[in-house]
Amino acid sequence: MILNSRISPQSSDFIENAKSMRTLVEELRTLLARIAEGGGAKAQERHLARGKLLPRQRIDTLLDPGSPFLEIGQLAAHDVYDEAVPAAGLIAGIGRVEGVECMILANDATVKGGSYYPLTVKKHLRAQAVANENRLPCIYLVDSGGANLPRQDEVFPDREHFGRIFFNQANMSAQGIPQIAVVMGSCTAGGAYVPAMADEAIMVRNQATIFLAGPPLVKAATGEVVSAEDLGGADVHCRSSGVADHYAENDEHALALARRCIAHLNWRKQGVLNSRETIDPRFPAEDLYGLIPADPKHPLEIREVIARLVDDSAFDEFKALFGTTLVCGFAHLHGYPVAILANNGVLFSESAQKGAHFIELACQRGIPLLFLQNITGFMVGQKYEAGGIAKHGAKLVAAVACARVPKFTVIIGGSFGAGNYGMCGRAYDPRFLWMWPNARIGVMGAEQAAGVLVQVKREQAERHGETFSIDQEQALRQPILDQYEHQGHPYYSSARLWDDGVIDPAQTRDILGLAISAALNAPIEPTRFGVFRM
Amino acid sequence: MINRLLVANRGEIACRIMRTCRELGIFSVAVHSDIDRNARHVREADMAVGLGGAKPADSYLRIDAIIEAARQSGCQAIHPGYGFLSENAEFARAIEAAGLILLGPPASAIDAMGSKSAAKALMQEAGVPLVPGYHGADQSLDTFRDEAARIGYPVLLKASAGGGGKGMKVVESELELAEALASAQREARSSFGDERILVEKYLLKPRHIEIQVFADQHGGCIYLNERDCSIQRRHQKVVEEAPAPGLTSALRAAMGEAAVKAAQAIGYVGAGTVEFLLDERGDFFFMEMNTRLQVEHPVTEAITGLDLVAWQIRIAEGEPLPLSQSQVPLNGHAIEVRLYAEDPASGFLPSTGRLELYREPAAGPGRRVDSGVEQGDEVSPFYDPMLAKLIAWGETREVARRRLLQMLGETVIGGLHTNLAFLTRIISHPAFAAAELDTGFIPRHEAQLLPAPEPLPGAFWQVAADAWLATEPPIQRDDDIHSPWTRLNGWRAGLSNSQPLHLSCAGERRRIVPFADHAATAATQYIRQGATLYLQWHHDWLAVRAVDPLAEVQASVAPQGSLTAPMNGNIVRVLVKAGDEVTAGAPLVVLEAMKMEHSIRAPAAGQVRDIFHAEGEMVAEGAVLIDLHSATEAQQRSET
Repeated sequence: MILNSRISPQSSDFIENAKSMRTLVEELRTLLARIAEGGGAKAQERHLARGKLLPRQRIDTLLDPGSPFLEIGQLAAHDVYDEAVPAAGLIAGIGRVEGVECMILANDATVKGGSYYPLTVKKHLRAQAVANENRLPCIYLVDSGGANLPRQDEVFPDREHFGRIFFNQANMSAQGIPQIAVVMGSCTAGGAYVPAMADEAIMVRNQATIFLAGPPLVKAATGEVVSAEDLGGADVHCRSSGVADHYAENDEHALALARRCIAHLNWRKQGVLNSRETIDPRFPAEDLYGLIPADPKHPLEIREVIARLVDDSAFDEFKALFGTTLVCGFAHLHGYPVAILANNGVLFSESAQKGAHFIELACQRGIPLLFLQNITGFMVGQKYEAGGIAKHGAKLVAAVACARVPKFTVIIGGSFGAGNYGMCGRAYDPRFLWMWPNARIGVMGAEQAAGVLVQVKREQAERHGETFSIDQEQALRQPILDQYEHQGHPYYSSARLWDDGVIDPAQTRDILGLAISAALNAPIEPTRFGVFRM
Repeated sequence: MINRLLVANRGEIACRIMRTCRELGIFSVAVHSDIDRNARHVREADMAVGLGGAKPADSYLRIDAIIEAARQSGCQAIHPGYGFLSENAEFARAIEAAGLILLGPPASAIDAMGSKSAAKALMQEAGVPLVPGYHGADQSLDTFRDEAARIGYPVLLKASAGGGGKGMKVVESELELAEALASAQREARSSFGDERILVEKYLLKPRHIEIQVFADQHGGCIYLNERDCSIQRRHQKVVEEAPAPGLTSALRAAMGEAAVKAAQAIGYVGAGTVEFLLDERGDFFFMEMNTRLQVEHPVTEAITGLDLVAWQIRIAEGEPLPLSQSQVPLNGHAIEVRLYAEDPASGFLPSTGRLELYREPAAGPGRRVDSGVEQGDEVSPFYDPMLAKLIAWGETREVARRRLLQMLGETVIGGLHTNLAFLTRIISHPAFAAAELDTGFIPRHEAQLLPAPEPLPGAFWQVAADAWLATEPPIQRDDDIHSPWTRLNGWRAGLSNSQPLHLSCAGERRRIVPFADHAATAATQYIRQGATLYLQWHHDWLAVRAVDPLAEVQASVAPQGSLTAPMNGNIVRVLVKAGDEVTAGAPLVVLEAMKMEHSIRAPAAGQVRDIFHAEGEMVAEGAVLIDLHSATEAQQRSET
């Protein structure tokens, strides 16, 4: 069924909303552009003066001409550390190389020498997880000083720390997911295992070095004096040690060699979907700016959003008349079939049951799931608890958790409480999760949290026979509101890699299309659900 | 009756002759060298006979083999075309002796015009005007003074032994003569070791005007108007047109009659051309007579509506001339340009190789293209590198000129350097439009016609990048056929779209982030052929390729200090042997291509380590000829 649109672009609400969203999108794009400059003009000049390409140039050169680049974690480490660490010093994303969608990880040596901060490690592991789940060949463009030594306690010892990078490499390789390393700069100590554990490794002469211990450490340890090039240069490793396989004259040559490696993968995508010709939606994506209420308390008609995401604005609803606060239905997106679950109000028992049922349908049929999150949570109150909303909600959460078809989540508004779980939050392993710049995430809304805390304090005071003044209440409320607003902001979330990126709503459709296509590198596996509490 | 004709030539002229054969129902027989086995003239003939070899001496110049081919294929006649044996009296005699017909003049007429000095003497006798001059042995000033007075100032002093402008002096009046003569003699002595000087009338802004004549076997001879071939580069005709702009009918008649006189004086039969110089004052002087069909005959055909090859055949069959002088038509105006595979940027060196892309202008009224090649053909170093002639006819000269410009704009050539842009600049030059024609045209306007090569501008790279992307075949996966990865070009998350490219063209390379100005690209013609994009830029077709680091690295592995062949050619001499010490600039190898010799010289002093080819071998462009270790290099090596 073709969705109609009832919005009026001339209405004052629409104009107001659009203005507000455009401001957010502008801020986002400005920030992303700045982050894309890495360590800044000076560091870039120094880098270029060595005859190296900048990391983004390396990626561009590696990719097929015209290939999109679906970057993840662009905001990683944004405003987290005392010093700026743009993109956590590691650019990661999916792009096409010789027609194969690959996960590319490029150290940015212009950012603190490409050293690994805790969030750099987290981003590296996240990129590997994406590669692993979607069976994307990995290409590591290595140019890094290794672990950030002052923060070694946060990068080295734990399960999800530096060592996991190589664990992942070994295990992905074991599963037939190719691991290609291009060493374009230093690659010291633990980092040396990136090329060493790769299926194929390329080194750039007079530029790349691989050694377990660099010249200073060697001198300190044994007194041996040796140059970096003689210790672990491309000549050593391509001619004598065999640590690397291909000898490159320069960055460009190295990247061409990497392309050649990919060309010889004999790669097949294993996911099968009955795709069809793409049809653009009938309404422009930019309408989304005016659709999203500037005031989050105002309701959002979710079908208006869907009409701007799916092919031909065609959306066939399931149980349209039942549990109406969760809109479920089938559509195509960039030609691929998708099963969409989208919030259109607070979750009731019926909505949760409907959602669980719909997820079963999608899994039965092998159709990817798309969650459009705008959820304050499940309905509360005696009536609903008595109606078993907890067990109905649990059905939805269980269905989401067990669903093995590719899942994609976009947080387009609120993502609060158990609503986050039922709508496939980060913990439920969506293949990708993105946030719109207006979105907010938290265990509950700032107002609610402040309300709850004020309530608790007031009761405490009253138990002790004390009064609780308006001033006291205000003094308690404001910091909570500030904290929730700060921590619920999408930049805060994205900086910590709770999501894969904050995106321009107008790009949502393309991002989803690219992501679904990338996900098809992995087979769509059958789902086995657990026990549903009936 | 001639019903089988052997065409003893190749390229466009062979194809052109065969076209008339088809129209007249004559069976055509081609001859070819080994490398021309699949050439277009062979494809277009009804039958083909191989002559052997690649070099002309081993193929198209082999009189015995050609006559044998004619005999075996049952031909009654041979058309020699132009070049090769077309003005070879021995060939004419051999054909006659074999009882065959030559579509050309009798051997005696070829002989008569073969020697330039003898021809001039003959013409003087016949009353055909010659450039007045004195070529005598007496080198005294008095003699020169008398002769110059007789000739009339201004006069030109030239070294008898010379050429190339050395020792040439223009003398405006008798006052300057003594000094100029002395100076010319000094220069002649130092340049040629021979101080003899001759004096001729100095022609002011001379034009090259030639008269097409036709004579039958019954003493009939007429002229088919004139052609103006003044646009020349080093005596090589570049543009030809008919009629000559501004030529009065009186002058046309005078020149025509003089030409007929010249032809009759030597008992001429068939098509011939009498070349004159016409100076600014309206005086014309005999230069030489070409006893064959000319390259530029189509412009005469265009303004007369005649088929000169058909006439040649009819006259050879003994028919009288089909028209009387007064019946010769002159309609409108026609201009021809010669499209050559040559590189104007490197001194018009012939360009050889595969014609990767070749598209002729569309057919249409007033348009004619005579060509001998098709896309995919090889242009070899052995023969004349002319690819085609473009001929435009119009009611007026201006109409013809614009039509020709249009045709040039539609011509697409990739894979070789050509003079296409050079031709376009000539035809579009205001002085050409104004018909300011004389043999000094090209040197005078050289700055505009042959602008110094400049680095390709940013606008070029933008258009090239945009066109590159527009023609880049999408990488379609059969296991995900509708993938947006194929369609969303240059898509970036939250950043501007970016499709950076690294392209190379004409020896330059550039990293470009195209800003997708599709309007500029839409205004540019381009054709993608596999890994090469051909793009029309300032009238030329430039080949754009993506920088391929793998190929570049492989190429850079070639031995240091090696010298490579600048073009396909034949090694005629190897002047050094391994171990020789050579000085900078010393010639090492002589390569012959397109009948021109090119010396490969030492770029620096050093020692010849190895020679990879022997005399007589064919080498391809880029082939390593010699390994030369420069002296400084050798020194460095010994130090380390």
